[in-house]
Amino acid sequence: MIPEIGVFALVVALCLAAIQGTLPLAGTAVGYTNWVGLAKTSAYGQLFFVLIAYGSLTWSFLTYDFSVLYVAQNSNLALPLIYRISGVWGGHEGSLLLWMLILSSWTAVVSIFSYKVSNQMLVKVLAILGLISVGFLLLLLFTSNPFERQFPAPSDGHDLNPLLQDPGLAIHPPLLYIGYVGFSVPFAFAIAGLLNGQIDTAWARWSRMWASVAWVFLTIGITLGSWWAYNELGWGGWWFWDPVENASFMPWLVGTALIHSLAATEKRGVFKAWTVLLAIFTFSLSLLGTFLVRSGILTSVHAFATDPARGVFILSFLGIVIGGSLLLYAWKAPRIRSSIGFDWLSREIALLLNNVLLVVTAATILLGTLYPLILDSLGLGKISVGPPYFNAVFIPLAIPLALLAGVGAITRWKQDRLLRLVSELRTPFCISLALGLAWPFFGTSHYSLSAGLGGTLGLWAIVVALQGLWKRTSRKDRWRSFLSMPGSIFGQTLAHSGIGIFVIGIAFTSAYTIQKDLRMVPGEEYYVGDYAYKFEGVEHREGPNYRSEIGSIKVFRNSVQVAHLRPEKRFYSRQGSPMTEPGIDAGVFRDLYVALGEQLNDDGNWSVRVHYNAFIRWIWLGPLLMAFGGLISVLDPRYRRPRIRANSLTP
Amino acid sequence: MTPRRRQRLILTVILFTGTAIAITLALLALRENINLFFSPTEVKNGDAPSNANFRLGGMVVANSVHRADNELDIRFDLTDTAATVTVIYTGLLPDLFGEGQGIVAQGQLSTDGTFRAEQILAKHDETYMPPEVENALEKAKTMKFHDP
Repeated sequence: MIPEIGVFALVVALCLAAIQGTLPLAGTAVGYTNWVGLAKTSAYGQLFFVLIAYGSLTWSFLTYDFSVLYVAQNSNLALPLIYRISGVWGGHEGSLLLWMLILSSWTAVVSIFSYKVSNQMLVKVLAILGLISVGFLLLLLFTSNPFERQFPAPSDGHDLNPLLQDPGLAIHPPLLYIGYVGFSVPFAFAIAGLLNGQIDTAWARWSRMWASVAWVFLTIGITLGSWWAYNELGWGGWWFWDPVENASFMPWLVGTALIHSLAATEKRGVFKAWTVLLAIFTFSLSLLGTFLVRSGILTSVHAFATDPARGVFILSFLGIVIGGSLLLYAWKAPRIRSSIGFDWLSREIALLLNNVLLVVTAATILLGTLYPLILDSLGLGKISVGPPYFNAVFIPLAIPLALLAGVGAITRWKQDRLLRLVSELRTPFCISLALGLAWPFFGTSHYSLSAGLGGTLGLWAIVVALQGLWKRTSRKDRWRSFLSMPGSIFGQTLAHSGIGIFVIGIAFTSAYTIQKDLRMVPGEEYYVGDYAYKFEGVEHREGPNYRSEIGSIKVFRNSVQVAHLRPEKRFYSRQGSPMTEPGIDAGVFRDLYVALGEQLNDDGNWSVRVHYNAFIRWIWLGPLLMAFGGLISVLDPRYRRPRIRANSLTP
Repeated sequence: MTPRRRQRLILTVILFTGTAIAITLALLALRENINLFFSPTEVKNGDAPSNANFRLGGMVVANSVHRADNELDIRFDLTDTAATVTVIYTGLLPDLFGEGQGIVAQGQLSTDGTFRAEQILAKHDETYMPPEVENALEKAKTMKFHDP
């Protein structure tokens, strides 16, 4: 009964979304205020019914209702409670339902917090969000119904994919989705702005706020995904340029360009048409990400199922959204005028450069991700594009980004003087060069020039960001002027420092990480770097829904024990699949990481992968700082200022 | 031409040239870093390159997996049912490596006709068959049918 309520709720939500997407728009056209008022009501109603549907699926998971096909595929009687709750988004259908729930939530949040946005704008924004909901609800109901029944019901379910049975996964997809779906809001604002012919400061302010919130979630989501892969896949790496990782990274890059371009549009009224285009691109890449991940056309750990009908549906949906919005753009954009000029040395140019670098980076990643698919569909052979390509294109484009981040922030709007910039940057340059080049002399086994240069680059980003903050305080009363500074300045400083920490992390990780595959004999010691790993053997243990071989490895440095690692090899009997749970001793400057391979003979010899990962925590700390900076910027009080009258309807 | 228009024109030209250069470099990088896929049959026919990395996919032949006694060296046969290639690898194997499993090995052919793998890929699902491997198996099947 409960699953049928879920289906019914989805149908009602579809009707409400259709109303939300059409009637209020028609209402503004013909002047029926009653119809206009429907926009918010139907948005709340849609959220209510999607929540019911989501609740029904969760209930089916909690009550082990294996007559529901999706529940039977993704859970079983032995599955712990937390994974029965997170199991809802463990497969294709449920994760689409989660997507839908987040979209309705965003719609409701936008209609609550946009009381200062003009009605003209809000109605169109909600209508566009409503139309996107219609697309996703149709996808859910016709190609991916999570409530599909099976008779007779099996006595036990299959199991949740063991890879997904990790606390990190309980939060990684929802955060990622909140980010993905969140970019539908600036997209809706962009389309509404095009329709209204109103791309002005007020428009940019609202788009910027929503884009920043979405960006914060996407940043945290990607970071958690990287951390999860490190903890769960047993390969010891943090980024693999897997198509699915790329699918989340591309909207992040273009979204980062978008929030910077929006800053220029808000403050100076420039790059209007370009900003609109970026908003369209960002959301299109989010949709493309969903398509790539969920259609199963990619060979990837994330691909759940292969079903051509779904692929065709998402592809046509993607075509309608991208094609339609680009057509509208081509039609309306020539009428958007950016009226203010700027000099060759100005923050506008710096932001433009930032945008070009980010968009080109995203384009090269898109090329590498889609190239194998294009060749395959043309029948030109099966190929794969590996990490060497992505590293080769990403690193040269990322270095100028890190170099320019802080510089752009201290360059003046409209016009600046080269001499002023040079005199300001002289001190940070000397500090970061001296400290950066000296850094690898301390606490490392050997000097690495690439680590020194990476350290210089990272320190440069941090020092320039901090100096920008310092220069903004008044000479007379540093402390008070520091405290009264707008939040967006702190946010910007934190985010740009985050880039520095991230760069240092990458430079040191790639220079000083040691990886060895060893054959370990119980009782023997093995040296990796400065550390001695003493293998004490492996014992058997039973988990709730798995059997486990758990190893014991004590790590010594200068004969002092520094860690006791317990790597595990689990075997999930129901799915018949093994899982590697590495043993990790985390630290600020290094992680000790061991993963069990397999038992090699009856004497208890095991193959073991041993990693010494230098500075790897910095790689996650940097992006978290960026996200935190973004969050502080969003809390800036200027988003709560009185309503700005901006109802101009210039054609 | 007004100064603003001129600035816009210059900016556009610079951006387009810059982007074009970046994309060209990316395409060059792409050409050097793609990994072609070959089946054991194609390797036996001599289609695979002899001094470049490529991907070899197929099923691990039952009872063909041999481990060295004191190292992490391993040797096994990979087949698409029509032809078989011996693969040599040192290191940890992925969790789902096993006899009868479809896997993809990345590496180079050596002069004695064995395949030296640097990396072994197997996916996380016991019923999963890499699409390339499935395709190769299909091809081998139809070939046998025509040429018994």
